[in-house]
Amino acid sequence: MSGFFKSSIGRKVAMALSALFLMFFLLQHFAINILSVFSENAFNEVSHFMGTNFLIQFVLQPVLIFGVVFHFIMGFILEIRNNKARQISYVKNNGSANSTWMSRNMIYTGLVILAFIILHFIDFWFPEINTKYIQGDMSGVHEGVEGYRYFHELQEKFVSPIRVGAYVIAFIFLSLHLMHGFASAFQSMGGSTIRKKSLQSIGKAYSILIPLGFIFIALYHHFNH
Amino acid sequence: MTNNQQLKYMNLTLKIWRQEDSKAKGRMVDYKVTEISEHMSFLEMMDVLNEQLVNKGEDPVAFDHDCREGICGMCSMYINGEAHGPDRGVTTCQLHMRMFKDGDTITIEPFRATAFPVIKDLVVDRSSFERIQQAGGYISVNTSGNTQDANSIPISKHAADEAMDAAMCIGCGACVASCKNSSAMLFVGAKVSQYALLPQGQVEAADRVRNMVAQMDLEGFGNCTNTGACEIECPKGISLENIARMNRELMKASI
Ligand code: HEM
Ligand code: SF4
Ligand code: FES
Repeated sequence: MSGFFKSSIGRKVAMALSALFLMFFLLQHFAINILSVFSENAFNEVSHFMGTNFLIQFVLQPVLIFGVVFHFIMGFILEIRNNKARQISYVKNNGSANSTWMSRNMIYTGLVILAFIILHFIDFWFPEINTKYIQGDMSGVHEGVEGYRYFHELQEKFVSPIRVGAYVIAFIFLSLHLMHGFASAFQSMGGSTIRKKSLQSIGKAYSILIPLGFIFIALYHHFNH
Repeated sequence: MTNNQQLKYMNLTLKIWRQEDSKAKGRMVDYKVTEISEHMSFLEMMDVLNEQLVNKGEDPVAFDHDCREGICGMCSMYINGEAHGPDRGVTTCQLHMRMFKDGDTITIEPFRATAFPVIKDLVVDRSSFERIQQAGGYISVNTSGNTQDANSIPISKHAADEAMDAAMCIGCGACVASCKNSSAMLFVGAKVSQYALLPQGQVEAADRVRNMVAQMDLEGFGNCTNTGACEIECPKGISLENIARMNRELMKASI
């Protein structure tokens, strides 16, 4: 089995597994975030649970971080190997004749997502870690805020039009990444192209609706506070 | 010559990769060809150019070709940014000049991949494909003496068709040339599949896929990212399904 993951196909499968995991996580993340549009209270409750549950904080969160890091490092490794496989490039190459822009630019759309993830960590994750584990405040409440602090903090983040703009751009790139990535991950796993039509429809729906949903949430809070 | 009046002739500018030998640094050189008939094949147009060059005492452009009917897979040219040119389902020898217009500039390059080094001009060394084949692209059934009648092993029509489709691969390397990653997975997928689908090939299926993939990696081909360019540029319509099948075969063989 260890030989398998050293082979080109094994790496592909590992890449696809990490990507499937990330796509599942994204769905879950979206489900929680969209609550903030419907119910401040429900969003606060779920956020507090997610932020203080031992299993989520100390098992699932590290797995997620590993998943993200693995995915982009593997992405870079594959990119480097693939560049080495053609050292002299074509003088004229008509890539759009046989493949989509999305499929040819996964590394660039991925890099934009990586930049976003770093921003996102500075924005939400570091302050959380600071409050909870450095200052040791697990209460989830904040002076001057009624109930839990999460919804309030969320609203504050989306006041800045620059931040909202960055979110919108990042999610457009995520959408482009997934438009190729979703079906690609299944194909890498040996998924049959016979089922590809339906899979591609699901992939299109996922890669447009989920990022659009995140954009909607950011805009919603920007204009409603 | 009344017929000829209906023929369309064209004058073309060709930008061709010229490279003395495998070590030399190559460059693009411009040539002009005139009175090319729309009914010529691309290689015939190249013959016209070479005749012109030979008459001038210059070195003709080296290119690979053999059957000139789309079955040997030798003719490897990257024409206007696509393997075997702009037409679909054809090799360069089957590409007609009617795909081009009078006054066009055509860029002609060798297939590019680290595993396909240039030998001279447009000729590349594709022996990496041979080595992948030698690593497992065969069955080692002893066929001398008391062989079983092949017809006594029932094979479903579906499997037979799919194996036949995979066996259509002529090893031209257009898949590698078109792939942004120079991946050979369509070729290897086809070679693995043509045996994996049939009972005669299934006996050695696990070793075959392991060894052929290992050789493919060793040769320095890139990693598939499912862009699908290979399937579109393949002159024989080899389906991406063969790559998925190879992945499944390797997973099965590794567990
Ligand atoms: C952190 C920054 C990221 C980078 C640098 C990155 C980079 C890449 C690269 C280079 C590939 C192509 C490799 C290949 O197709 O074999 C890829 C594939 C993929 N990525 Fe990302 N990515 C990132 C984040 C994400 C995120 C957050 C998701 C999903 C939520 C995602 C989903 C996918 C999917 C589904 C694939 C296709 C996998 C496959 O073809 O097997 N990526 N990524
Ligand atoms: S799979 Fe198609 S493009 Fe690749 S070598 Fe075979 S015939 Fe040529
Ligand atoms: S010369 Fe044989 S396929 Fe073109």
